[in-house]
Amino acid sequence: MAVKTTFDFDQMLSNAKEAYGEELMKLAEEGREFLFTYSDNVAPSSSAGKIIEKYPDRCFNFGIAEPNQVGASAGMALAGHIVFAQVFGPFLPLRAADQIHTDIAYNDVNVRLIGTHSGVTAGGGPTHNDIADLALYRAIPNLTVVVPADAGQCRKVIRASMEYDGPMIIRIDRAGSPDIYAEDYEFQIGKAIELVEGKDAAIISTGSSLYECMMAAKMLKEEGISAGVLDMHTIKPLDTDAILRVAYKAGNIVTVEDHSINGGLGGAVAEVLCEAGYHGKFKRVAMPDTFSVLGDPDEIYKFYGMDRTGIAEQIRSMLR
Amino acid sequence: MMSSIDRKRIIELEDKCLKIRKDLLNFIYQIGMGHLGGELSIVEMVVALYYEYMKYDPENPKMEDRDRFILSKGHCSETLYTVFQDMGMFTMEYMVEHFETLNTARFGMHSNRKYVPAIELSAGSLGHGLPAAVGMALGARASKAPWRTIVMVGDGEMDEGTNWEAIMAAGHYKLGNLVAIVDKNQVQMTGFTAQVMNLDPLDKKIEAFGWEVIQIEDGNDMLQVCEALEELPECDPVTPRKPIFIISNTVKGKGVNFMEGNYKWHGGGIAKEQLEEALADVEKNRKVR
Repeated sequence: MAVKTTFDFDQMLSNAKEAYGEELMKLAEEGREFLFTYSDNVAPSSSAGKIIEKYPDRCFNFGIAEPNQVGASAGMALAGHIVFAQVFGPFLPLRAADQIHTDIAYNDVNVRLIGTHSGVTAGGGPTHNDIADLALYRAIPNLTVVVPADAGQCRKVIRASMEYDGPMIIRIDRAGSPDIYAEDYEFQIGKAIELVEGKDAAIISTGSSLYECMMAAKMLKEEGISAGVLDMHTIKPLDTDAILRVAYKAGNIVTVEDHSINGGLGGAVAEVLCEAGYHGKFKRVAMPDTFSVLGDPDEIYKFYGMDRTGIAEQIRSMLR
Repeated sequence: MMSSIDRKRIIELEDKCLKIRKDLLNFIYQIGMGHLGGELSIVEMVVALYYEYMKYDPENPKMEDRDRFILSKGHCSETLYTVFQDMGMFTMEYMVEHFETLNTARFGMHSNRKYVPAIELSAGSLGHGLPAAVGMALGARASKAPWRTIVMVGDGEMDEGTNWEAIMAAGHYKLGNLVAIVDKNQVQMTGFTAQVMNLDPLDKKIEAFGWEVIQIEDGNDMLQVCEALEELPECDPVTPRKPIFIISNTVKGKGVNFMEGNYKWHGGGIAKEQLEEALADVEKNRKVR
């Protein structure tokens, strides 16, 4: 990986939730045609709010009715449009599961469902957690699932999705995740990025967890442990080649994600490793199978060992 | 557009309904499964739409400016397939040979748009047609396309909350290019709709959501169906106007005496003797003008 990342530099603030709106605005200004549907949670002052103001004829508010919004977005796509649908993440996968399955995936339409506030990043307790979505999406045919790690990657995903054929989920955290990437790089949906090469262990992560993985790798490096980091921004289709490459290079695989420990990235990686006959050590770091304790996302990450300290400790214990 | 007093055309469309009913019964007999109750109740409306009122070219079912018909009660898809074969899109033999035959299947109990190009929305799970239709109508508005979106739902299906989300949104956006039709046959899978989950007064509910309601007293009477469809205003994708909701009062299992109004004929196949009786019934029950 030639690109400079936070492994080499200090963190810079990022805001993926703003970035999707900024990139959509840019596309609109370039004359690209798409429709935008949204729920009653887009602040007029946000970047998405600005598109709504500038392009009212292509933006539609569906209030607080996610199934209708997702179904109607499918209808718009069937009428010939590319549709970006912003939904408050915690209310997308479970409230509108049947619509995602039937209207979006089965009807195979060009809708990009942007679920914001993923994992526990919304705060506000388990009603506002989005921890079962990857498990659901992984089991639905036709869906492409992308989880950008920072604002810059979010922009790349939005732009790449304009040229992509088929339904897509774009899973974005609440905002405030630091930048991972410090300069431009080549991004391809379905192709993982090896951010840090490791000889002793490999961390496979996605989205808002990736920054903590970078910091964990940095801490370990100072202790003389070479831990690699793989940015698995696309959960489906999964880049199995990249998983096996780092597994056989480093062994000692740790997955990290802001999602339930059941059925997400960790499960997907475990399936790949197991079926390939991998005999090394393997550990999943994720939300345990319990409704989350209450607190700020950073505190929750720390509480469940999903922060840099917890991740580094998992690797140390593997190497002992 | 025809005039509602064109008696000759009404009789032609009634003849078409009789043929569709016979073809449908034969089709269901051969494939051994179907939802005849609801499939028979919608025949007049579907025939009136496809053969008379919709902007539609059976030789080009993907024509850009065609009117879109969504059958939200996707379990009644066999009526649509039967109409499509009558229009020459494929033969009855082809339908039977390709019905749920695994990897060679082109037709299934629930409609699939990838298999049958004339199907606008793959459907089966209830409560999906109206939201999708609202999206189609908004999509047509965004591109100022002149076509109309017509969606048919069942009265039992109206139990699903998504319909009411969509009805609220269509009223909010004043979609003058959207028509919803409820096939109000009063019977759902396990009994009378009034007993399972009462829907009435449906007209008042729909009007309260900002729609204009057109009632058809007998939705199995071709003359009344045509009169209602002639009331539709010109389709205008842009100008805000109340969307139209047609309440079509029909009879579940219409035309077959032992099926009419009987919830037990919601789904299933028919035996040879039942087929013969049913074919005789639909002939006998054909309206004489």
